[in-house]
Amino acid sequence: MSLQPRAMRDAFLEQVWEAMADDRGIFFVTADFGSPVLDKIRADFPDRFVNVGIAEQNLINISAGLALEGYTVFAYAIAPFITMRCYEQARVSLALLSEVRPMNVNLVGVGAGYSYALSGPTHQCYEDITLMRALPNFRLLSPADHVTAENLFHHCIGNQGPKYLRFDAQVLPVIYERKAPDMEAGFHVHKKGNRMCLVATGYMLHTALDVAERLAEKGEEVGVIDLFNLTDYAVERLASALMPYIGVVTLEEGFRGRGGLDSMLFEFIARRNLQSRVLNLGVEPAYRFELGSRAELHEKVGIGTQSVLNRVRSFSESLPD
Amino acid sequence: MNQSDLQSKASWVWRETLAIHRRAPETRLASSLSSVEIFVALYYGGILRFNPKNPLDTGRDRCIISKGHGSICLYPILADLGYFASEELHRICEVGSFLGGIPDPIIPGYETVNGSLGHGLGVATGVALALKSKGSDKGVFVVAGDGELHEGACWEAIMFASQHRLDNLHLIVDNNRISMLGYTDEIVSHGDLNGRLTAFGWNCGEVDGHDVSAVQAVLARQKKTATGKPKALIARTLKGRGVPGLENAPLSHIINPKPELIDALLETKS
Repeated sequence: MSLQPRAMRDAFLEQVWEAMADDRGIFFVTADFGSPVLDKIRADFPDRFVNVGIAEQNLINISAGLALEGYTVFAYAIAPFITMRCYEQARVSLALLSEVRPMNVNLVGVGAGYSYALSGPTHQCYEDITLMRALPNFRLLSPADHVTAENLFHHCIGNQGPKYLRFDAQVLPVIYERKAPDMEAGFHVHKKGNRMCLVATGYMLHTALDVAERLAEKGEEVGVIDLFNLTDYAVERLASALMPYIGVVTLEEGFRGRGGLDSMLFEFIARRNLQSRVLNLGVEPAYRFELGSRAELHEKVGIGTQSVLNRVRSFSESLPD
Repeated sequence: MNQSDLQSKASWVWRETLAIHRRAPETRLASSLSSVEIFVALYYGGILRFNPKNPLDTGRDRCIISKGHGSICLYPILADLGYFASEELHRICEVGSFLGGIPDPIIPGYETVNGSLGHGLGVATGVALALKSKGSDKGVFVVAGDGELHEGACWEAIMFASQHRLDNLHLIVDNNRISMLGYTDEIVSHGDLNGRLTAFGWNCGEVDGHDVSAVQAVLARQKKTATGKPKALIARTLKGRGVPGLENAPLSHIINPKPELIDALLETKS
């Protein structure tokens, strides 16, 4: 029997809701943003649920204060707002303060990339990986399906420090049907290839798997890796996983060339002295106002399945035999 | 401590602050001189419960300094109370010292980050919510400047605190009415700050911020009352108080008095 796909937030919040019944040390804070499961949290735990209103700066400050007093805090809002509206609060009272104080604050941002396809660029989020990875002490978690999101809850409970979870707003197909990925590794190898490997995070894993399947139909086997922990992956294991490839392709639903997944992999490959050539696929850095389905928008900005397929094929041809 | 002892302590802290600035001119003097009596009332006036041997003792009242630059006068107080050795006061701003021009949370007695303004009140509000939620009787005291109340995040916290009836939260505004580039009334005026805070649902008092006994008395009274409203105390102060050329000067934040002037002041007022 196959798993019913769910929204990442509902799968994750269900875990929070269950844990709150036994653990009085969990506090939930939202900036006036909801979900069906959130309704259960506020109904069942009104003494440990608070809505700060449309006030993300205060969302972070209140969360920091609660965490200083020992609460494990889940703070919840739309992704661009919980990262960018309150960036200095996150820097000062989470990243910086957690250098000297034990604090467990988990920023749950919903709406990674183009997941709010029809809401335009204010609600879409293409800068968060870049910004949040710039903050020391922050862990950056970017699941591709609800199973991963659900399992990240235990990772959040089990690890002190501030974290940012970038969740998709849409219900995505289930990828980890049988078994959740290994949280300790921080990445998962979906398939191995011959010359090239696609490294994707979040929604783009779905595109990567799609592209890999189409290439396989034409006889080219490419590897696919899901990098869902963008800060604390198992370094040696990732280096070994990438070692065999002469070409590595990064896929992210964020601005290309602005310090996101592409920079991370560039730095990683350079530091590890791997010999791979790299192709970065991300959103062309510009703000666009066209409405369209996610698939249409993705094609326009260079990360749709067809665009990726074309770029990967040319990249493949450019690689030495 | 009785009134006269509080006053002597305040003069001692004033002199110590001048002496610190004489040794470490990188410290901000003027904004520290406006808050001397506030800190003396809090720490020596029986307002705060604290434990210098275990600064993060859960039995303490939380004192969150939001106006970081302007709390250099707290250094001699913390040393005097035993948070750290007094010799450290002679190494302020030196390489390897934990006492910087702007205090950091590595200093025993400092709760949070305060170098960037406008953060203390919000974090303190979260602490106050946590303490209420746990049924703790401990209070949270925030010392903020009027200049930093220009930050919108402060008002997010002010609205939140009254909504959640956080009467364990005390905001003390060092209202010296000067930020870095001039008088706040001429930059963006807070107008009737007392009226504004009251309209936002706070129980607000006002006091001559350099009358240490008066500050102590109002804080003690406020601490005892619990009406469901968060409490504010606007302390009317003078930036650079007692230093000719600095006191109430619009650019006092960035003026360093000449060493000879400080020496003369320390001589005459000792």
